Amino acid sequence: MIVPLVVGALLGLYLSAGSVDTTIYLHGLLLTAFCVVFIFRVIKSDGETGGPADPNSSINYNDAVVRAGVIATTFWGVVGFLVGLVIALQLAFPVLNLDLPWTSFGRLRPLHTSAVIFAFGGNALLMTSFHVVQRTCQARLAGGWAPWFVFWGYQLVILMAATGYVFGVTQGKEYAEPEWYVDLWLTIVWVVYLLVFLGTLWNRKEPHIYVANWFYLAFIVTIAMLHIVNNLALPVSWFGAKSYPVFAGVQDALTQWWYGHNAVGFFLTAGFLGIMYYYIPKQANRPVYSYRLSIVHFWSLIFLYIWAGPHHLHYTALPDWAQTLGMTFSVMLWMPSWGGMINGLMTLSGAWDKLRTDPILRMMAISVAFYGMSTFEGPLMSIKAVNSLSHYTDWTIGHVHSGALGWVGMVSFGAIYFLAPKMFNRERLYSLRLVSAHFWLATLGIALYAAAMWVSGILQGLMWRSYDALGFLEYSFAETVDAMHPFYVIRVVGGGLYVLGALIMAWNVYRTAKGDVRTEKPYVDALAQPAGA
Amino acid sequence: MFDHGKFERNSILLVIGILVVVSIGGIIEIAPLFYLESTIEKVKGVRPYTPLELAGRNIYIREGCYNCHSQMVRPFRDELERYGHYSLAAESMYDHPFQWGSKRTGPDLARVGGKYSDEWHRAHMIDPRSLVPESVMPGYPFLAEAEVRSFDIGDHLKANKAIGVPYTTEMIEVAVTDMMAQADPDHEGADAVAERYPGANVRDFDGQPGKPTELDALIAYLQVLGTMVDFSSYNADDNLR
Repeated sequence: MIVPLVVGALLGLYLSAGSVDTTIYLHGLLLTAFCVVFIFRVIKSDGETGGPADPNSSINYNDAVVRAGVIATTFWGVVGFLVGLVIALQLAFPVLNLDLPWTSFGRLRPLHTSAVIFAFGGNALLMTSFHVVQRTCQARLAGGWAPWFVFWGYQLVILMAATGYVFGVTQGKEYAEPEWYVDLWLTIVWVVYLLVFLGTLWNRKEPHIYVANWFYLAFIVTIAMLHIVNNLALPVSWFGAKSYPVFAGVQDALTQWWYGHNAVGFFLTAGFLGIMYYYIPKQANRPVYSYRLSIVHFWSLIFLYIWAGPHHLHYTALPDWAQTLGMTFSVMLWMPSWGGMINGLMTLSGAWDKLRTDPILRMMAISVAFYGMSTFEGPLMSIKAVNSLSHYTDWTIGHVHSGALGWVGMVSFGAIYFLAPKMFNRERLYSLRLVSAHFWLATLGIALYAAAMWVSGILQGLMWRSYDALGFLEYSFAETVDAMHPFYVIRVVGGGLYVLGALIMAWNVYRTAKGDVRTEKPYVDALAQPAGA
Repeated sequence: MFDHGKFERNSILLVIGILVVVSIGGIIEIAPLFYLESTIEKVKGVRPYTPLELAGRNIYIREGCYNCHSQMVRPFRDELERYGHYSLAAESMYDHPFQWGSKRTGPDLARVGGKYSDEWHRAHMIDPRSLVPESVMPGYPFLAEAEVRSFDIGDHLKANKAIGVPYTTEMIEVAVTDMMAQADPDHEGADAVAERYPGANVRDFDGQPGKPTELDALIAYLQVLGTMVDFSSYNADDNLR
């Protein structure tokens, strides 16, 4: 453990010493600091790598790293949503760009997307996968310090990526903006992640690998493949941040969207389906609806998703045959997606009444409903005729956010609320009423956001192609931008509500961690109890 | 009868199964783009970027312009009228990375070259709303004050050459001079730039004498966008695919 860290520390110093730009100088020092602190932690802790939250647990789970994940997920969620709110405000009121390089929309937008997808979403996946794999295997996380290396190494990726964007270090490929050295570091972290996950599976006491773990495994393996291929690049200097991707033009475009769409498919879908398959049955106290459906939908989902990338490139210079393939598979993808939705929602059969009395379950259920909605909208938008209108407009932004805020966000909140009391070994959450408040704020926020973007997207798409009676284009581009203003303001309001909900969650998690319990009206009173309970 | 339990009991088998299933789509869709000759049209005029244009392109990427501007005109009547001829794959064949974009918060820039004067771009970059009151674009006044990074531009050309952009050894050797000369018509190397890079604009893009600024580089890049292909000799029917 110590030796590779010493190597890492020296490598960081070496990078800093030879650096040809400020960013790599700082990031080299950051890597050194990371390795040095880690070495001290390892020495000081004397082999203690984290125990179970519940002292009476018969299995020596590593819950400490899951607990760290609860804090990190909550923290990055709030940060990512706040940056989103800032850039939404910038679009409504451009003066907020401040005319400075570090605060302009072009640099902050990747900060927002990376913060929500990779920082918030990634930590939610680390947190839940480390929890689920231990519980479903009845085994402690494998690898001693390795899970901690994955957790902190991943935070370092986030930190280097985020500071890089603000300083203008980017590859210029959406959702793959971090430069080559951050990509390499993430690759190392990811390989260790896979080994920790597999190692825990190998120690399992159950003969079968639980379905949630199939999805986590598919997510880990496929993200590794996508990440490596899409980020192949040649640095200008081994001591500089700038690199040039090895692919160009049309090949680069399809590689990028093969990656980009499957960041959605495997990071934001397969991984989060893993969350769904463990936490919904747990919270509802019901078995998964259909074992057979989970097999069919698992293999068909991962097979079909990979093909869908070209729908991001309809009517571009990508050859038509590739566009048609992409569209066809995207439409087919509707079926496994809804298979997953049905399996998740129908798990509630026999427990629907709990939606009234359990706001955490309600949060999980609406996340699956949003999943169903956006996986219907996605295939619709991948049809070329629809795409010719929707592409390049806010409709796409609305679609992404109904999936991200609705599905990814809500199911993660559900998992956080599930885990917080357990990982801090508290009897229950600080407040269920606040969970309900969060639920309504977030749902209302998404409704405003998505509705505003549908209207602005379709409106702008129609304005671009509108002709007047004399056969001239009716609107200048600037006029179509002007028409967006009211919807951008509505989006700010919707996003603001969503941020407010997340802040309430952070407060709730904080008070839970402290061990407080709010005095409030309980959800289940005597009258609502089923007979005989 | 197929027994799924085998996958559920053996993690390695499961990993192999996943890898096979997720590889198929990518191999069938992406791999042919590298060997099918019809993927990139045969055109005349597409050349590598000059050192100044390349530096400008890197500023375009650094500032995240691709977050709001596409560089891909689709073959629709309204786009042809608004932006010009639909984009060809050949026009971005030297673009590492591609910058086709995915959102038009601002207009498409694939053919913005030559559409506005340098002076317009200057004023627009410094304060977009001084020219387009409805614009929501950030201002970039700092570009006019920052000298463009020039000392390692040769290394940038070299890296591009290593991954397939046809820069010659000569171009790499004189890259710094070419960079200075393109933004200064009085420079002794000014004519040589236009010779090495046919059709290159050689002039003082930012209107400030002295060393080229980042604004020089960015405007040089914007002014070349979409202008390289000679469409008078382009036959669309030959390139149907």
